[in-house]
Amino acid sequence: MTVVLEAKGLNKSFGAVTAAADINVAVERDSVVGLIGSNGAGKTTFINMVTGYLKPSSGSIVFGERDITPLAPRQITRLGICRSFQIPQLFNTLSVYENLLVGVGIVASGGKKWADASRLAGTPVEAVGSILERFNLTAYRDKPAGVLPEGVRKLLDIAMAMAVKPKILLLDEPTSGVSADEKFGLMDMVMQAVRAQQVTVLFVEHDMDIVNRYTHRVLAFYEGRIIADGEPGVVLDDPEVRKFVTGDARAGGGGKHAAH
Amino acid sequence: MNQLVAVLIDGLIYSSWLFIIAVGLTLIYGVMKILNIAHGSLYALGAYSAAALAGYWINQGHPPIGSYAAMLVAAILVGLIAGPVIERGLLRFMYGKDEIVLVLVTYAVFLILEDFIKLAWGVDPYFLYQPYSLLGSFDVGDLTYPVYNLVLFGVAVLIGVSLAWVLTKTRRGKMLVAVIHDREMAAAMGINVSLVYFMTFTVGAMLGAVGGALTAPMISVQPGIGAETIVLAFAVVVIGGLGSLPGAALAAVLVGLVRSAAVHYRPELDLFAIYFVMAVVLIMRPKGLFSVQEARKI
Amino acid sequence: MRRDYTLRILGVVLVALLAAGPLLPRWAMFLITVSLCYGTVVLGMMLLMRTGVVSFGHGLYYCLGAYAAGTLDVLFGVSDIAVMLLAAILVTAVVSALLGLLLRKYRDIFFAMLSLAFSMILYGLLVKTSALGSSDGFNVAAKTLFGIRIAGTEFERYLIFAITVLTAFLAAVCIHKYLASHMGRLAGAIRDNELRVEYMGASVRNTIHVNYIMSAVLAGLGGALAAVSVGHIDPEMSYWTTSGEFVFVAILAGTGNVLAPFLGSFIFETIRSFAYEYSPNTWQMALGTTMLLVIMFLPGGLWSLFTRMRKAA
Repeated sequence: MTVVLEAKGLNKSFGAVTAAADINVAVERDSVVGLIGSNGAGKTTFINMVTGYLKPSSGSIVFGERDITPLAPRQITRLGICRSFQIPQLFNTLSVYENLLVGVGIVASGGKKWADASRLAGTPVEAVGSILERFNLTAYRDKPAGVLPEGVRKLLDIAMAMAVKPKILLLDEPTSGVSADEKFGLMDMVMQAVRAQQVTVLFVEHDMDIVNRYTHRVLAFYEGRIIADGEPGVVLDDPEVRKFVTGDARAGGGGKHAAH
Repeated sequence: MNQLVAVLIDGLIYSSWLFIIAVGLTLIYGVMKILNIAHGSLYALGAYSAAALAGYWINQGHPPIGSYAAMLVAAILVGLIAGPVIERGLLRFMYGKDEIVLVLVTYAVFLILEDFIKLAWGVDPYFLYQPYSLLGSFDVGDLTYPVYNLVLFGVAVLIGVSLAWVLTKTRRGKMLVAVIHDREMAAAMGINVSLVYFMTFTVGAMLGAVGGALTAPMISVQPGIGAETIVLAFAVVVIGGLGSLPGAALAAVLVGLVRSAAVHYRPELDLFAIYFVMAVVLIMRPKGLFSVQEARKI
Repeated sequence: MRRDYTLRILGVVLVALLAAGPLLPRWAMFLITVSLCYGTVVLGMMLLMRTGVVSFGHGLYYCLGAYAAGTLDVLFGVSDIAVMLLAAILVTAVVSALLGLLLRKYRDIFFAMLSLAFSMILYGLLVKTSALGSSDGFNVAAKTLFGIRIAGTEFERYLIFAITVLTAFLAAVCIHKYLASHMGRLAGAIRDNELRVEYMGASVRNTIHVNYIMSAVLAGLGGALAAVSVGHIDPEMSYWTTSGEFVFVAILAGTGNVLAPFLGSFIFETIRSFAYEYSPNTWQMALGTTMLLVIMFLPGGLWSLFTRMRKAA
C-alpha cells in the first residue's frame, strides 16, 4: 500500500504547553483513520498542522513526494488536502447551491480566474448537481446556508470540502452537534461519497461507535502524543486508551459509551 | 541648536493637543468598539459653546479670568447633554450590529450635528482670543511662547494621568478595563455593561468637547473644524492602537514631533506627516503601537 | 430561477437616454450626466462592499481621475476626452495596484482608516501645489474627441453627455457580468467567510486586490468624466467627506444590482441640487437622518424595496 501522507517527528509547543510531541504517522492511500483523544490531547493541533494553519515547532509533513510543512492553507488545499470544521464554516448569505458552486468554481477555474465557471464545459453545474444528490441536499438547494438546521449545515460543510475534489479529507468531529439517530445516516452518506471518489479520510471523533464502525485504523492521542495506533478493535481495548481516552474501565469493551 | 529646541517644544505642544482630541475617541473605541465619527462634532460643539459662553462672559464685563471657567463649564455641559442623548437615544439600539455599520451610524450623527451647529451659530467664524492672550507669554532662550500653550501641555498630562489612575486604581476603572478586554465575560461577572457604556460615552463626549473648548481661543471657530479634526484624531488613535490610552499618548508624541520637524524643515510636507507616520507604523505593527488583547473566540 | 432583466433594462436606458438627449433641457442633461459620473464611482463602491470591504477613501481615485484629465489639459495642452479617460484609467490602476498591496492585508476599520489616510494625503499634496491652483483647483475643458474638435460646437454638451452615458453603460454591463461569474460569487463568499475561502484554495487577498483595482478605475473614470462635464476640479474631491458621500450613496442604493448605484446617485444628486438652492444649512442633516433610517429600516438599501415588491408579486 502506498503512503499518501506522512508526519515525521512533529512537535508543537505554545510556551509551556506541549500540543504535539514527537508525532510520527504514515497514512496509507484510501484508508479511513480515526483520531481519538480527550479535548486538548492534540488531535485538532495535528489537523491544523497538516492543513497548514499551524506550523510545527519541529518535524515535517510530507504529502506524496512533497514537503508541505511550510505551505499556507490555501496552497495545501490546492495540492489536494481539504478539511471540514467542527463548527460548520459556510457562506451564510449564499444558497446551498451557490456555496457548492464557489468550491467547484475554485477548482474548475484553477489559475484562470477570469473564466466564467458556469460556462466551462458543463463541469461545475453538473458537479454541483451530483454533490447535492450524493449528500441529500437537493431539497435545500436554494435556501441560504444561514437558515439551515444544524445537521444539514454539517453535511454542507463536509460536502464543500468534497467539492474541491481532495485526495485527503480531514473531518473535524463530523457528527458533533448531530442528533444520535442522524449520526450513522450522515457517516454512511459521507463514506459512500468518499469511496466513490477514492479519498483518504482522517476524522476526529468522540463517539466510539462511529469510530468502531467506519475506521480501518485508529490513532489515540493523549497529551500531545500518540499512545496507540492500530485497528479499532485493538486500540479501543488497549488499557492506556481505556484509561486516558474512552474512560471505559470494563474489560473486553470496545467502548459502547460515547467518550467525553 | 535653537531650531532643535523649537522643534521639540512645538512638537510637544502639538502632541498635547493631539492627545486631548484623541483620548476620548480611543476610550470610546476601547470600551464600546465603536469608532465614533461624531467625536468631531462634539469637538466642534465644545469649541462653539466655549466661544459663546466665554464670549458672553467677557462681553458682560466680568473679569476675563473667569472665561476659563466658562469654557470648561460649556464643554462639560456639551458632554453631559450630547453624550447621553446620542448614546441612550440612538446608539444603544445599534449595539450588536457590525462595527462598520456603527461607524456609519456615528457618521450620520456627525452630519446631523454639523448642520445643527450651522443652524445654531450660523456660518460666520467666531473669535475668542482673550483667554489665549490673557496669560501672556514666556521665553525659552530667544524663542517666545504663549503661556496658553503650556496650559495645553498641562491639561494633556492631567487628563492622561487621571485617566490612568482611574482605570488602574479605582473599582469603576477596573470594571471599564474588564469590559475593554472581554465584554461578555464582564457581563457574566455581573458588571453592568450598559451603565459602563453610558458613562464611557458621556466621558468621551466631554473629553471631545473639552478639546474643542481648549482650542477655541487658538483658532477661528467656524464650520468644518470638526471634519478637519476628526481625521487627525483617527490617525492618532489608529497609530497608537485602537482602544489604547498609552498608545494614544505615544502616538501623539510621535506625530507631534514628526509634524513639528516637517513644519520647520519641509513645510510643504506638514499635512503629510501624520499620515506618513500612520502608514509606517501600520506596516511595522499592523494593529498599531499597542493593541488591546482581545479574548480569542474559538 | 428568476429571469435576469438587468442587461435588457440597461440597453433600454442607454437607447432612451441617447435618443432623448437632444430634447432634454440643459439642467436635466447636466443632472443626468453628473448622476452617471457619481453612479460609476458608487458602482465601484458596490463591488468592494460585495467583497466585504468598505473604503472610506475612494475620493482619492475620483480626484486622481479628475486631475489626470485636468493636468493633461492645463499642463500639457492635451484636451482630448479619449486621452483623458485613458489617462484616468492608467493613473488610478497603477496607484490602486500599489496601494492595494498594503490595503489588502486589512479589513473593517483599518481598511477604512488607511484608505481615508491615503485620500487625505492626496488632499494635502494638492492643497500645497500652487501649479495646480492649490485649494481653488482649476478649470478643465475638453476640446476634442478622438481628434475631432467638439468644443464650441453645438454638439459639445450632447457629446459629453453621450460619452458619459456610454461609459456608464459599459461599466454597468462589465460589472454585472463580473458579479454573475465565479469571481462575483467568490467576492460574496469572501464577505461571508474568508477562512473558508482560503481553506478551499482561493486567495482572499488576491481577489480583494483585483476588486480594489477595478473599483478604483471606476472611480477614476467617474472623476474624469465629472471634470469634463462640470468643468472645474479642486482638491475637495479627495477630502474624506467626499468619500463619505460615496459610502452614503452606496448604502442608500443597496448592492443588489448594478442599476442600484445609478438610481441612488440620481436621487442623491437631484435632492442635493434642490437642497443647495433652498436650504443649504440642513442638507447634511437630511443626509444623516436618511442614512440612519436606511440603516435601521432598510439595510439592503433602496434596491431591496424592488426585490421585496418582486417577491410579493
